[in-house]
Amino acid sequence: MQQTRAVELGTGLFVLLGVGALFFLTTQTTGGNDFSASDTFEVPARFENVGSLKRRAPVSMAGVTIGRIATVEFDPASLEAVVVFIIDSRYDQIPDDSDASILTAGLLGSQYIALQAGGSETYLENGSEIMFTQSAIVLENLIGKYLFNRESGAEDE
Amino acid sequence: MFREIYYTILEFLRTFGAFQLFFLRLLQHSPSILFRRFGLVVKQVHNAGALSIVIIMVCGLFVGGVLGLQGYSNLARFNAEDSVGTFAAFALIKELGPVITALLFAGRAGTALASEIGLMKATDQLSAMEMMAVNPLSRVLVPRFLGGIISMPLLAAVFSTIGLFGAHLVGVSLLGVDVGAFWQQIQQSLDLADVFEGVVKSVVFGVLASLLAVWEGYNAIPTAEGVGRATTRTVVITAIAVLFFDFIITAIVL
Repeated sequence: MQQTRAVELGTGLFVLLGVGALFFLTTQTTGGNDFSASDTFEVPARFENVGSLKRRAPVSMAGVTIGRIATVEFDPASLEAVVVFIIDSRYDQIPDDSDASILTAGLLGSQYIALQAGGSETYLENGSEIMFTQSAIVLENLIGKYLFNRESGAEDE
Repeated sequence: MFREIYYTILEFLRTFGAFQLFFLRLLQHSPSILFRRFGLVVKQVHNAGALSIVIIMVCGLFVGGVLGLQGYSNLARFNAEDSVGTFAAFALIKELGPVITALLFAGRAGTALASEIGLMKATDQLSAMEMMAVNPLSRVLVPRFLGGIISMPLLAAVFSTIGLFGAHLVGVSLLGVDVGAFWQQIQQSLDLADVFEGVVKSVVFGVLASLLAVWEGYNAIPTAEGVGRATTRTVVITAIAVLFFDFIITAIVL
């Protein structure tokens, strides 16, 4: 009887430890940019170039994550990228002339959307499109431009 | 000579088929044991899981520490030491956790299972059970099989967790990576799907390791030498099967 008790105790401790470890792995190591809100609304925006923007990337305003990206698709008619944001419906007072730009976290980090508030009295709601967008800064283009400017600058002198 | 090749192939196919049928019979008997004789399963979880916890924890700590050291010294070349946590977390949770746990499990618990069952067979205990109208398959093999399956995911999770703390110990405490950057980068780059992949792998490896162990024990030649060979074969075949399935699962998931 004593032995059975020890076995049961050991097994119980082991299972508890294992489940605890699983719980730790699922909650503590994942979901840093996880955004979970039950009530959301969707806002599409068109970009000339989205760079390497991906699904589930955060949408932030004043540095705070208020939503995430649902889809990134190419629109063959307008030859632009259509990005759909999902925004927490708590934030229903974002001016509809706010502009969206694609920024990079750190020098080589992942890309995210930053919303800059506008001054309009009407607010973004489900389906309303963000009119002002700024494309991703592609590092190669930037370097190319810099080199090109330097060359033409040298000729001027 | 062709005849020999023919019979070798035929024998291989027969063994392979018998193995499948054996697996199906284990599965067939599993529900009744799981619900009616749960005490037997608990005892096997204790044998296979609880008694393996120390080796798993110690190995996890060292593997995590090595990942911390290697990750740091290599990432430092790109000034990306802060990513050492991400590096260790990905390696541990998706690959090393399930794989090394399965290999250790085969060495620690699989050999014990195979030799125990083999010795039961050699000393006619299994035949004695049959004489008493007790099916040794459901009374002896199924609880050991289920115990292994239950233990493996838990052991792998413990291994990964301890490994992360090992990496933390080396990376943060020893080499001076920022604590916040370490954990925050892990959280940002890891998805629930990554953890899930690790759990799926450890469940599959658990099925493989315990199935192969009970199979080898049950089919051991009932002599001292036969039991020894069955034990060796368990480790060898489990290692091959685990690494093969690891490759397959990774290829499917990616």
